[in-house]
Amino acid sequence: MTQVQAPVAIGAQVQTRRRARPRLGGVAVNATLIVLMIIWAIPAIALLITSFRPAAATNSTGWWTAFTPPWDFTFANYEYVLGRSNIDQAFINSFVITIPATVIVVMVAAFAAYAFAWMDFPGRNILFVVVVGLLVVPLQVTLIPVLTFFRDFAPAGIEINGTMLAVWLAHTGYGLPFAIYLLRNYFGSLPKEVFESAAIDGAAPGTAFFRLALPMSVPALASLIIFQFLWVWNDLLVALVYLGPVPENHPLSVVLANLTTSFGGGWEVLPAAAFISMFIPIIVFLSLQRYFVRGITGGAVKG
Amino acid sequence: MFDALLGNPIISAILVVIAVPIVLVGYIVVVERVVGLFRRTTAGRVRPWLWLAPALVFLGVFLVYPTISTILRSFQNRRGDAFVGVENYQWFFTQPDTLIALRNNVLWVIFLPLLVVGLGLLVAVLVDRVRFEGAAKTVIFLPLAISFVAAGVIWRFMYDLNPDIGTLNAAVTGVGGEPRAWLVEQPQNNLFLIIVGVWLLTGFAMVILSAGLKGISTELLEAARVDGANELQVFRKIIFPLLLPTIAVIGTTIIIYALKTFDVVYTMTNGNFNTDVIANSMYQQLFNNGQPGRAAAIAVILFLAIVPVMIVNIRRFQQQEAVR
Repeated sequence: MTQVQAPVAIGAQVQTRRRARPRLGGVAVNATLIVLMIIWAIPAIALLITSFRPAAATNSTGWWTAFTPPWDFTFANYEYVLGRSNIDQAFINSFVITIPATVIVVMVAAFAAYAFAWMDFPGRNILFVVVVGLLVVPLQVTLIPVLTFFRDFAPAGIEINGTMLAVWLAHTGYGLPFAIYLLRNYFGSLPKEVFESAAIDGAAPGTAFFRLALPMSVPALASLIIFQFLWVWNDLLVALVYLGPVPENHPLSVVLANLTTSFGGGWEVLPAAAFISMFIPIIVFLSLQRYFVRGITGGAVKG
Repeated sequence: MFDALLGNPIISAILVVIAVPIVLVGYIVVVERVVGLFRRTTAGRVRPWLWLAPALVFLGVFLVYPTISTILRSFQNRRGDAFVGVENYQWFFTQPDTLIALRNNVLWVIFLPLLVVGLGLLVAVLVDRVRFEGAAKTVIFLPLAISFVAAGVIWRFMYDLNPDIGTLNAAVTGVGGEPRAWLVEQPQNNLFLIIVGVWLLTGFAMVILSAGLKGISTELLEAARVDGANELQVFRKIIFPLLLPTIAVIGTTIIIYALKTFDVVYTMTNGNFNTDVIANSMYQQLFNNGQPGRAAAIAVILFLAIVPVMIVNIRRFQQQEAVR
């Protein structure tokens, strides 16, 4: 089921031959999709409208009544959240935590996934089962052993708990099983002939990895970057546990969670807080989606 | 030196973002240089382990070591100072509460992957044929960008009993029905919690499936169409088989998510009304009841539950390797 063009042609193809659109669907296709979109959008629209309503209105009437007069909208929820003194620092912290945590995972996982997909070594399958099996380890049970491990490093002059370094390392560890799994699957489905002819032409595995495997896997890499970014950005537990003692390092998720728990029943600001925290992930998704929307793999067929 | 480096988070983050890729790429370059000095067979034996090494170090510290200490802990008593054999496991399999949690996890493991992969595939295939592809994908993907706390709040509004506040009950009474307590009526309240999971995760499946779909050559599909295949046949005979590896990855990931499911249940019902799941009962044992031994036993049971799924997956990988 694999149909492969000569590997030399791949780079050129991507530039010269834009992927032709499949024929457009009929009324049924459009209608189904629009119905699904409406169903998916309703909860988010409800949240958006609620975020602009005063607490009294939210507690007594549904969000859909906001469409009829008397219009009763307010920026008070947003003002409250944005007025917190530490919110801009938290915004920066979220970036400082998320970007390195994403970069490290993607690179380390790519090396490992390439070894699992294209190198032969004894115990490969068993090791891979163990790595993917680690996906099921519930995060909660790792916290105490890892905190102890970090603390035992402190006497060596390196205090890790409470630093950004702790969160970067922890997110890398927790993100790797899924990242390796996703990339190994994608690397493994790249056409074998490409790598064989590269090897015959004398390309070392390192060259084949950087020049062939990575460029051909841009859609998978883009998906992985998005998921890892979202997971780290929205994470509350890891940040809370490893940064707990150092408030000035707290990211947005921790600050917003504190916001809603520090004064009881303050959930009318939660929709506004949620939208503020969603802002960056949505931009990341929108800016990266073109990379996996376009068919980058050229003539290579998965399978 | 570390204090100075970590003192300013922005500077250290920029340093890390620049330095880490250089270090990691440099590592591979050095590895290839060194391996190149060996004889061919020796090189082939050493190389994979050096490529795996960074990942294995991270996995060892953050997942393997805690897992081993958890397995040991599961055979210990509450204070962790004596071994009690399989007592914690006996406790798990004899409690009505934990057995309900087990049953609910089975419901999650069946329905969540089916609905998420099914809907994700439907959207990925349909979205390829409309003009508003970007908009449709963004809408379906949006819930993934929402944190679980926020998602819990949104869906409490959706399921609220009061038809003046709850969106679903407003719709039901609007067409003349009686308002229902969606999260209280058993056992279907589990299904309504699973729907929240479906809403959150379908975008995940859709994005990866769509990326896989774009990898299928247009020529192949056009050739089939020219030969007279209708769209359904193109899907069943070409698209679906070629996407199968991707579907398996997503299916496995979602099954694992269903086994570990925690946030939705925790934020919406906290396990009340017989909606408890294993991960939530583990959390309760660990942080509320002060029973780390029992919590560890639950974690080990979760871990064992995934083994059959992984065996099926490895078989599939081997078949894929064989035909490749």
